[in-house]
Amino acid sequence: MLQATQRMTHGITETADAHGQGASRSLLTVDKVTLRYKTPNLLVTATEDVSFSVEQSDRFVLLGPSGCGKSTLLKAVGGYMTPVSGSIHINGRPVKKPGADRMMVFQEFDQLLPWKTVLENVMFPLLVARKLPRAEAEERARDYIDKVKLTRAADSYPHTLSGGMKQRVAIARGMAMQPDILLMDEPFAALDALTRRQMQDELLQLWDDTKFTVIFVTHSIAEAIKISNRILLLSPHPGRVKAEVIDVDQARTDDGSAAALERDIHNLLFSEPGHRE
Amino acid sequence: MANPQIILASDVTTNRPHSNVAEVEQKLGTLELVWGISAVRKTVLIIVLALIWQAYAVYLDNPLLFPTLSDTLITMYDRFADGVLPARIWTTLQVLITGYVAGTALAALLTILAINTRIGTDFLETMTAMFNPLPAISLLPLALIWFGLGASSLVFVLIHSVLWAVALNTHAGFLGVSRTLRMVGGNYGLTGLSYVLRILVPAAFPSILTGLKIGWAFAWRTLIAAELVFGVSSGQGGLGWFIFENRNLLDIPAVFAGLLTVIIIGLVVENLVFQTIERHTIQKWGMKE
Repeated sequence: MLQATQRMTHGITETADAHGQGASRSLLTVDKVTLRYKTPNLLVTATEDVSFSVEQSDRFVLLGPSGCGKSTLLKAVGGYMTPVSGSIHINGRPVKKPGADRMMVFQEFDQLLPWKTVLENVMFPLLVARKLPRAEAEERARDYIDKVKLTRAADSYPHTLSGGMKQRVAIARGMAMQPDILLMDEPFAALDALTRRQMQDELLQLWDDTKFTVIFVTHSIAEAIKISNRILLLSPHPGRVKAEVIDVDQARTDDGSAAALERDIHNLLFSEPGHRE
Repeated sequence: MANPQIILASDVTTNRPHSNVAEVEQKLGTLELVWGISAVRKTVLIIVLALIWQAYAVYLDNPLLFPTLSDTLITMYDRFADGVLPARIWTTLQVLITGYVAGTALAALLTILAINTRIGTDFLETMTAMFNPLPAISLLPLALIWFGLGASSLVFVLIHSVLWAVALNTHAGFLGVSRTLRMVGGNYGLTGLSYVLRILVPAAFPSILTGLKIGWAFAWRTLIAAELVFGVSSGQGGLGWFIFENRNLLDIPAVFAGLLTVIIIGLVVENLVFQTIERHTIQKWGMKE
């Protein structure tokens, strides 16, 4: 595995150096976090001793096969789970409960409130969590709805929208709050392949616009390479950090370096026998 | 090796684009369109049944057993005109609304407790399991001893008939709210009562509405039945009493008129009031199963 690491062209580094420095300046630090959850008859260790840090304007991807605890990890950053050991800090404050400084975008299409129109859905957290005056909230909401190209659907109810449009609303809702970090839990996984590609492009355009910080969970290596500038590779059962890929945005599709990186990551993730899916 | 090619369908540019629309979409005949409206079909059914009623009653010619439809309607008109029926309806509706509102409010209180505390959940589950199978009307004799012959006994029975149906459905609705929506609510920093009112209640509204409808149906039937047993409260009875009183006077057309009024009010509330609410809420939101 070490050999594989050294052959990487885009700098998959060993995890220890990747976040050894700058822990105090980081926007988000996850330090030696172990997460466990209970099923009716099991105590499952989802992640063990996971550490990483996210800087301002990172597009940080948690990548790994199913069972590596990447969604659980994101939920812990969201404040929905308390680590058994280790700590999570955002801007130096410990994460204790869910809050609007970490807006979530979920995979499920039912994350929009069906009793509110698109505009009201985007405005709602601005009103209840940011306590903005109505006019200001509406202006900001319309602004972000324009950004995700849903201007004409602003007064529609969610059930009349397609899956891709619903996810765009969720992204607009998250971004309109201007959170410290946007947490995206496989937001495009339930979309068809064509919509999915389009949404990835649009997400990157949005990032060019506003340079927001995002943590993005996916199990698609190609998606990870396309979206991110840093990737954290997790191994399953229990989830442990396997490697970190930096400067992913230097990989290009036209000269084949993205394909090479994808192959390298694939080999790294599935190098050990018994971890094939 | 040959390169991939895209070959356009040959008729894309050449054909006449709209020439075949008539074959694809054809208008239905007027009769077929009208017959497609369910309200029309049901109205026709009611007219046919009314005619059968009228014909049979005329043939039977026994107003004491089975008055004609026309007699019933005339009596109904007279009783409306002399103010007896409106007064009876008003008495019934007053008691009904008092009991319904009080029952719903209690149900709201119980479910909010149940969703926030575990002991509240246990309490609600135990109470609904015990009292839901008990027909509210069976509490009437007891209520009469406790509260006397008056509106308060009726209200007590009504509360009992509304409370458990509404609480049970609301609680089930709360539990059925998807995990994603709950997490969204948490994400907005909503907790306690504002979380319940802003996320759970609208998200569970289909179940809540079902509970309100069942509660209404129970309450309406229970109230008419209770008034039949004893109806005089503060000198004036309700609709059930109107039916009972006229039976004693052998004024059978008035009995029929009373029954018809009960049906009409029930229909209006169930089909107009609740359907209007449904159309403006869960149907508009796409939440109706």
